[in-house]
Amino acid sequence: MSATDIEHRETLRSLLAQHCFTRDLDPAFVDRIVDHARVVTYPEGSTLFSDGAPAQSFHLVIDGRVAIELHSPGRGVQVIDTVEPCETAGWSWLVPPYRWFFSARAVTDVTAVTVDAVALRALADDDPAFGYALLQQVAAVMLERMQATRLRLADMYAVPAS
Amino acid sequence: MTVTAVARQSTAFALREFRVTRRRQDTRDTATLSLVPVDGVPLAFQAGQFTMVYAFGVGEVPLSISGDPTRDGPLLHTIRDVGGVTHTLTRLRRGDVLGIRGPYGKGWDVADGAGGDVVLVAGGIGLAPLRPALLQILSRRSDYKRVVLLYGTRTPEDALYIDELDRWRGPFDLEVDVTVDYGPPQWRGKVGLVTGLIPRAGFDPATTLALVCGPEAMMRYVASALVDRGVEPSRIRLSMERAMDCGVGLCGHCQLRELFVCVDGPVFGYDRLQRLLWLREV
Repeated sequence: MSATDIEHRETLRSLLAQHCFTRDLDPAFVDRIVDHARVVTYPEGSTLFSDGAPAQSFHLVIDGRVAIELHSPGRGVQVIDTVEPCETAGWSWLVPPYRWFFSARAVTDVTAVTVDAVALRALADDDPAFGYALLQQVAAVMLERMQATRLRLADMYAVPAS
Repeated sequence: MTVTAVARQSTAFALREFRVTRRRQDTRDTATLSLVPVDGVPLAFQAGQFTMVYAFGVGEVPLSISGDPTRDGPLLHTIRDVGGVTHTLTRLRRGDVLGIRGPYGKGWDVADGAGGDVVLVAGGIGLAPLRPALLQILSRRSDYKRVVLLYGTRTPEDALYIDELDRWRGPFDLEVDVTVDYGPPQWRGKVGLVTGLIPRAGFDPATTLALVCGPEAMMRYVASALVDRGVEPSRIRLSMERAMDCGVGLCGHCQLRELFVCVDGPVFGYDRLQRLLWLREV
């Protein structure tokens, strides 16, 4: 392993030690994620993933803002959520059919730790303890998003029906 | 009833005429009226108090005051068009006259936050009752440490006082974070619930006074998120909106179990409201 590789791994370890998705994981599990992760900068306007495409990686946002978008015919693009630093873009990678249901676009320049989801799924299959730890983290993201979506469906700021 | 009590009650019900000097359209359905008393006597109020506003010939509604309590000046009401009376009020023009009773109720008591951080959490039109509290804090900015405003609205077009928020940010060292429920593609800000802003907002829960105003459901979840973050329930204050009518605790229209929102509130500590907020029956 070159000096650059070692430095890159240390950077990743340090970022993941602070990120909300990974900071409470066993350090040995974090090391496995480090093996399949890299720091990526996405320029403003670039696409992180597109709806319908296979979910092959996910993104732990370090800096910047990602818009989760829904494209619908006749209505154009709607931003249904934004992902901020310490949040995670993408959870469809752990649940069949491993396909994105929404698109993700960088609203600003975004720095993220991008993780190879295919490799992580294989590791999770081999080691249920690792898989369960991952599932708990992903379930927490899913729960937060689902509750937020339900509350928004309630349309609290609308004029109450008389 | 004693003579003093009768006198106090008749003063409380006294209707004063105010003239519209300015009308500003804030959003599609919300306008702010600047009002001056016809009798020339300014209306002193505390941040968080409300008045009963009478559109002659139409009816009366309770409205929070949205002006600056630290300055003499016109009385400000930011009004959302949600019914017959508010529809009339939002269409008044310069020179029109309306009736005002009050001010009524207990306010935010923002001075309780001096020496620590203050976080204001607003949802939709809920920013209007918080504006006087924010102005009071900014008038004595050095008395407070971090001041944070977290604001959630339906869409970017529904956001109130956007020009002022931008003005306050820099000079007053105010941290402002805005999120919307629905964002058009060109929106570069946050999309999501206002509760989502709380975990990472820059305030120290141990020294924080939190002031919250918005739809009741939103306030429930915001208060829970603030408690999760470590803010003491007694240091979380919510402004309740119920059907205030008399304004002095006589008619019972605004009763919330053992509380009368018009006199015991409209601002309450979460320690007092917590149990009631999660009861469907009240």
